[in-house]
Amino acid sequence: MSLSAKDKANVKAIWGKILPKSDEIGEQALSRMLTAYPQTKTYFSHWADLSPGSGPVKNHGGIIMGAIGKAVGLMDDLVGGLSALSDRHAFNLRVDPGNFKILSHNILVTLAIHFPSDFTPEVHIAVDKFLAALSAALADKYR
Amino acid sequence: MADWTDAEKSTISAVWGQVDINEVGPLALGRVLIVYPWTQRYFGSFGDVSTAAAIMGNPKVAAHGKVVCGALDKAVKNMGNILATYKSLSETHANKLFVDPENFRVLADVLTIVIAAKFGAAFTPEIQATWQKFMKVVVAAMSSRYF
Repeated sequence: MSLSAKDKANVKAIWGKILPKSDEIGEQALSRMLTAYPQTKTYFSHWADLSPGSGPVKNHGGIIMGAIGKAVGLMDDLVGGLSALSDRHAFNLRVDPGNFKILSHNILVTLAIHFPSDFTPEVHIAVDKFLAALSAALADKYR
Repeated sequence: MADWTDAEKSTISAVWGQVDINEVGPLALGRVLIVYPWTQRYFGSFGDVSTAAAIMGNPKVAAHGKVVCGALDKAVKNMGNILATYKSLSETHANKLFVDPENFRVLADVLTIVIAAKFGAAFTPEIQATWQKFMKVVVAAMSSRYF
């Protein structure tokens, strides 16, 4: 489901608002994923504390959201732009790609909370498509 | 179908108690039709669903959103028995309406997002987890008569 010009514009516009709170939004999305989908905790068994707002969750949420923010600038070639990250997820981290959808859902929930009026249905569909395309690019090197 | 602690039961009731079906139902169904346009296949008789504005302004979409959301009330009031509560609705969706059960998951996720937008930060990760457990059970019950 490829991104139309309108989708890309909507993603860029909402990301302008996300950027100043990117770390906070990343932390919250990750906290929500770990709390509402406890099976995802299996990938973080090396962390001392998996509770919402803990140090590792804060740190890692910021890293993830930062990487997604970079991908906004790479929307015209997500597969190329995310190639190294795809290698990492495929061969180091070995994260089941089904989890990308779960994290995406929790990002959408977090965005709805932070931007109740800006997160319109049109923005929702654009971000959903972008995250789906990003997830596919992240899974590209898996096999 | 699932075990509920007292805390979970009161969380679900508290969340549901603050949801205005007449507001949230239309918002959720409209959002599903916009974000996942192939779902429009089930609503051929609803008139103009050609744009987001048309969908959100469509009175049949709004009315049906209230019906669908309203049906959740049964589950909230029968949490110990959600499977039995939705047996005949599941049969209707499977055998008469021919609705792909994937749509139940889609609607549950969009409803969660609409509720999150309404509640803001009060929709904490823990409350979200309990609410999504409830949604999962409702979706399973609605899917239960498909095979």
